[in-house]
Amino acid sequence: MKKGYKLIYKRPQTLTKTRINYCPGCFHSTMHKLLMEVVEEMGIQEKTVGVCPVGCSVFAYNYMNVDMQEAAHGRAAAVATGIKRMLPDRYVFSYQGDGDLAAIGTAETLHACNRGENFTFVFINNGIYGMTGGQMAPTTLEGQKTTTSPYGRDPEKIGLPLKMAEIVSQFERVAYVERVSCNTPANTRKAKKALRNAFEYQGKKLGTTFIEVASNCPSGWKMTPEQSLKWLEERVFPYYPLKVFKKPDKKEV
Amino acid sequence: MPAKGYVEIDIERCKGCDLCVLSCPTDCLALNISDTNSYGLYYAYLKEEDDCIACMNCSVICPDAAITVYKKEDQPKQRS
Amino acid sequence: MGEIRLMKGNEALGEAAIRAGLQGYFGYPITPQSEVMEYLAQQEPHHNYVFLQAESEVAAVNMMYGAGGAGARVLTTTSSPGFSLMQEGISYIACAEIPCLFCNVVRGGPGLGTIQPSQSDYFQSTKGGGHGDYHTIVLAPNSVQEMVDFVYLGFNLADKYRTPVTILSDGAIGQMMEKVELPDPVEYKPDKPWATTGKTKDRERNILTSLYIQSEDMEKKNQKLQKKYEKIKQNEIRFDEYKTEDAEIIIVSFGLSSRVSRKSVDIGRAQGMKIGLFRPQTVWPFPYEKLREYADKDRVKFFISIEMNAGQMVEDVKLAVCGKKPVHFYGRMGGIVPDSYEVIEQIKKIKE
Repeated sequence: MKKGYKLIYKRPQTLTKTRINYCPGCFHSTMHKLLMEVVEEMGIQEKTVGVCPVGCSVFAYNYMNVDMQEAAHGRAAAVATGIKRMLPDRYVFSYQGDGDLAAIGTAETLHACNRGENFTFVFINNGIYGMTGGQMAPTTLEGQKTTTSPYGRDPEKIGLPLKMAEIVSQFERVAYVERVSCNTPANTRKAKKALRNAFEYQGKKLGTTFIEVASNCPSGWKMTPEQSLKWLEERVFPYYPLKVFKKPDKKEV
Repeated sequence: MPAKGYVEIDIERCKGCDLCVLSCPTDCLALNISDTNSYGLYYAYLKEEDDCIACMNCSVICPDAAITVYKKEDQPKQRS
Repeated sequence: MGEIRLMKGNEALGEAAIRAGLQGYFGYPITPQSEVMEYLAQQEPHHNYVFLQAESEVAAVNMMYGAGGAGARVLTTTSSPGFSLMQEGISYIACAEIPCLFCNVVRGGPGLGTIQPSQSDYFQSTKGGGHGDYHTIVLAPNSVQEMVDFVYLGFNLADKYRTPVTILSDGAIGQMMEKVELPDPVEYKPDKPWATTGKTKDRERNILTSLYIQSEDMEKKNQKLQKKYEKIKQNEIRFDEYKTEDAEIIIVSFGLSSRVSRKSVDIGRAQGMKIGLFRPQTVWPFPYEKLREYADKDRVKFFISIEMNAGQMVEDVKLAVCGKKPVHFYGRMGGIVPDSYEVIEQIKKIKE
């Protein structure tokens, strides 16, 4: 460090030393970082148990320095339910992509939300199956081309993209739902704040907390990271607006 | 007067995604396209050392937590 | 001596689980198993365990994964179609080495089948059931008493070997009432340093996974599992015998059909036939060695496997006997229980 300067930001200790293997510019990496920053800042590493999904973030446990369980495809909400019910004073999160949470795991997601399971969903919605090579997801936008919708998603054939944050905010026992993004420094700061809120509400046992991330997938979208940010602004946010859908009453907090 | 600072970039973690460069309000960061790290990837570097204002935009947006930020002492702290 | 009660098999299993230190139950209703759930739901306020009705068997088995992985003593019960749905999860549980106890109160299949008792899930239970090379320890009770005893045994084996254990029951044993002696409650103090309870400063993080993307790592993991299975085969084979010491004809039968066969032994002997019954209590690991000893005896003329299916365990009997003596089979399907005289008729036909 240069003389006369002080350290104001460094990589959190709650990330392992392993180099994060996501593609350049992918928000998965950003969200791993923010999540682990929140765990570090709240001082809850010893009390945190995570669940990772099947999809690009299948290896999340290589990067997050907390106890973790790797779930079967779509079942992270059920696994997190099992953990939280046995260890109600721990901070439990499930980290899932759109294929995992909103296609194969929809039943587990909705029922965990309906029961108000007191854990935090971190839902990465990038509109595509990244790990398997860019196939159509339940969240692929109308007209968006993927390897299994090569002529663009046709709503007549396959319906419209699922709006999970909107859906889960309907449940009585879901305490907090916000859709965030990491496309600008300001939005990234908001995303971190949302994660922090979710964990704090979880600590107060207010019910299910659900953070959806309108994410990019530069490789799957066949774009540069910069182009992916434009696509987010122009195409994704109009359909998937960034906002707080539900938050606890001031009294509860 | 804006704050003064500097950043250190762990070039082995950097993947050259350019998000920090795009987010820097003073254009003091750039992508080095004449060299690569050991993974064969371009990496970002602090091009204009005097222009860094320790705003942390780069470290906030950096997906890979590759950027460490330092700020000159005795200056009001920016929000993190 | 423990408490004596008259109980239904399913309820006895639930009571035994509570006494054995149950911490988490996750299940989904299905006939003929639902009384276990109902009993545990009813008893929950009086004990210190969590009962949760899941949205499906798929969710239930994954709740087991999470809760078992968090270090808890966990149980689920189901019946055949539900057990099929759980197979994926059991494969993950076997690979991640999470102690979990399953009870399959088998009904006739395939498909939606019938709600009557059957043994047609023998292959599924003993040969793995899901994808990949794995086994669960499979205990086959033939009485309400064994429904109780095998819960204690099953929980302990699951912890000892960090493996899923299956109690392979059936609709009749689940539904029938018998006198049962309930063991005293145990205070369960798990010692599970591998559990995901939160990374403390004095240890590395715990990870429970079944993903080993490098082939070398996956092979190593498989070798570790196989080594464990060998150890289980050496130490945990259990069987029961009835009048085999001088038997010329050996009936091999497990679970409910072994009760029928036991009566056949007496009927046959009254008619001058030297019949004995060999009953595997663990159907995985299967008591191959012991059966082979009988195959080597001159007095033994043949074996007959009596089952409530199209002939599943008979394949293991043949593997044990290894061609040294004839191995016959008689079974009923679709939820029908053979009676003791039917079995004797079959034996007479073979003798002719």
